[in-house]
Amino acid sequence: MATQTQSPRDTQLQPVPSAEDEAGQAYFDKIIAEDSRIEPADWMPAGYRKTLTRQISQHAHSEIIGMQPEANFITRAPSLKRKAILMAKVQDEAGHGLYLYSAAETLGTPRDELFDQLLSGKAKYSSIFNYPALTWADMGAIGWLVDGAAIVNQVPLCRASYGPYGRAMVRVCKEESFHQRQGFEILLELASGTPAQKQMAQDAVNRFYAPALMMFGPNDDESPNSQQSMRWNIKRFSNDELRQRFVGMIQEQVKVLGLTLPDDKIRFNEETGKWEYGELDWNEFYEVLKGRGPCNAQRMERRREAHENGAWVREAAAAYAAKKAQKAQVA
Amino acid sequence: MSGESATRITPGNALRPEDVAERVAGGVKVGEDVGEYALRLGDDALILAQRLGWWISRAPELEEDVALGNIALDLLGHARSFLTYAGSAWGKTEDDLAYWRGEPEFRSCFLVEQPNGDFGKTIARQLVFSIFQHELYSRLVDSADETIAAISAKALKEVDYHRDHAIQWTIRLGDGTEESKRRIQAGLDSVWPYVAELFQDDDLIERLGGVAARPSEMREPFDALMAQVLDEAGLELPDVQPAMTGGRGGKHSEHLGYILAEMQVIAREHPGATW
Repeated sequence: MATQTQSPRDTQLQPVPSAEDEAGQAYFDKIIAEDSRIEPADWMPAGYRKTLTRQISQHAHSEIIGMQPEANFITRAPSLKRKAILMAKVQDEAGHGLYLYSAAETLGTPRDELFDQLLSGKAKYSSIFNYPALTWADMGAIGWLVDGAAIVNQVPLCRASYGPYGRAMVRVCKEESFHQRQGFEILLELASGTPAQKQMAQDAVNRFYAPALMMFGPNDDESPNSQQSMRWNIKRFSNDELRQRFVGMIQEQVKVLGLTLPDDKIRFNEETGKWEYGELDWNEFYEVLKGRGPCNAQRMERRREAHENGAWVREAAAAYAAKKAQKAQVA
Repeated sequence: MSGESATRITPGNALRPEDVAERVAGGVKVGEDVGEYALRLGDDALILAQRLGWWISRAPELEEDVALGNIALDLLGHARSFLTYAGSAWGKTEDDLAYWRGEPEFRSCFLVEQPNGDFGKTIARQLVFSIFQHELYSRLVDSADETIAAISAKALKEVDYHRDHAIQWTIRLGDGTEESKRRIQAGLDSVWPYVAELFQDDDLIERLGGVAARPSEMREPFDALMAQVLDEAGLELPDVQPAMTGGRGGKHSEHLGYILAEMQVIAREHPGATW
């Protein structure tokens, strides 16, 4: 399954640029200046390839780890309709993981290698999934806030300069938008239900609000890689711009739910034309990032366990495919 | 398998859960015998969907997270349709039946209640159940009850895919490595005591005549295809005694209590709530 292929990166780390590299760089710069698309076979700077491989694979890992908090509730969903919707949603996330690993593979790193980076802890995934899903209402809050933040982040990525990534994001965003609506609908149903259901919904929103805002990443002055990504037309808006846009969106939607956001500093600043919100606990963000969130160990253990328990199945599939290929060759 | 989508709905003769609910709301009401029969069909599908749902996020490959999730989702769809229809006999909804019945009121067979075990056991259970269910729905598309026939028409296309998935994996595991062969054989041996129950006739089947499919008539085609698959996979037909069972009469394995405890817990914490 895992084959050691020579990565195109290896050939590009030469100290003196060749004539080919110079021509490639000129073409790359032109494509970026025209806001057009780089495709897998095109020349690209080593840093561009590395940044994209990291970003796309992290996104893929986030989809895969992100299946866990919701999968927890598949067997307990309180109605059969909700069970069906949740199953379809978690299944979509596996599908997103698949597209994204494929997009990352076009940059030269095979899926197995990317997967190993996740399992060894070398690669990160979105910290939001290191928070626990405790009640049924969390299925609503995750859909509305977590998928909502993901959409705000990802819609501009549909225009990312790397073709396979941008195209994968178009499909991912369509499905995410459905996920967000179903999350909102779960909360709406709870908020207009019994007092216990409404309380469950408010509690879930309270717990997921700040972690969802932190999904956009550190404040702009703490995010050194963002500028380069923006110059390469991978990223289109800064972390803070996207976060402000998201706050504006949810503070309107929460009124429809009849719930509140746990932040009394939210206001629209007429002068700057931007949404403002209370200070976030970045200390907590970095703690979770370093592996000390409530569920970091649990999420990784479950992923490793699934991977290890499945090893004999993957080996069998590979052995069977090899036998088939051999028979076909003889015949 | 052709390249057509297994879940595409053919207009006219295939019913989704929502369509069945609409019919029931419009006054369609079944007699208790047909209701009881629909409960058997619905409960088998529901309990197996519940079991398979556990695999999502734990499968050996991402592709299998998707595949097992898809199969679980199809089965849940069948369950919703059959339970909605069954419920019309007693003025109950699909959720009343799924969440508020106790063990003795369920009509599922022992096979679907069996634990997932490893991937080999899950595939063995899938192989047995999907071949059985394919035979079943192939007959029910001609049921004298048009709602059962229509639900089965949609379900049959999906089960065709489930059966293909299980057969392909059985062959792959049987003819893969020593370990995979040992595991899939062990899986088959462990589910085999519960095969006989699937093919037992009883009074309800006698009373329902052309509405139900006669289980005993499906054993021969089941055995024939099973022998063919096991032969291709290099596996042995299990030499295991059938177990005493009684799922159709409400006598279940010990496993069902745990399955229901987990499935029903949130709904039961909030009586009267809607979701």
